[in-house]
Amino acid sequence: MPTPENVKTYIEQGLECTHIEVHGDGRHFEAVIVSPAFAGKGMLQQHQLVYKALGDRMHEEIHALSMKTFTPEQWSKQI
Amino acid sequence: MDQKVLETIKQTVTGNPVVLYMKGTPQFPQCGFSGLAAQVLKACGATDYVAVNVLADVGVYENLKYYANWPTFPQLYIKGELIGGSDIMKEMYEKGELQKLIESAKA
Repeated sequence: MPTPENVKTYIEQGLECTHIEVHGDGRHFEAVIVSPAFAGKGMLQQHQLVYKALGDRMHEEIHALSMKTFTPEQWSKQI
Repeated sequence: MDQKVLETIKQTVTGNPVVLYMKGTPQFPQCGFSGLAAQVLKACGATDYVAVNVLADVGVYENLKYYANWPTFPQLYIKGELIGGSDIMKEMYEKGELQKLIESAKA
């Protein structure tokens, strides 16, 4: 079963992230992901970019991934 | 990838205003996320939508992820368009956006 660290690496390999946090129990994961690639995209497209980075692992290894996606600008207003 | 199943999915989502692909049924969801999606739709006042139990149809279970490039369940479609999974549904509901979409689908 993948660890949060694994999931973090999988995402970073496929998507340029300026900030990323992943928590989870091995099957269900929650992630906060900040990427310039999200700019100008709706929530659906942003999540699709993350799923594309994860590829087939998303079905085979990871049962569920809840995510909060931000552009760097949005993230800077968050903290 | 099974083109016949993808064609069936296309007809289902374009032939019905609101379609929820979920694990189990709205009355008996088999997964927390699917259950949440059904609750959100109920809260939006969507009562006569089509709910497809992907656990009862292995063709859909294995091919739906190819249809709109979305690998997980549940999946909500409104007027043939993928809206998203339970995460996005919940967030849109909290912003009041989902209710508007459901209303526009009924008209």
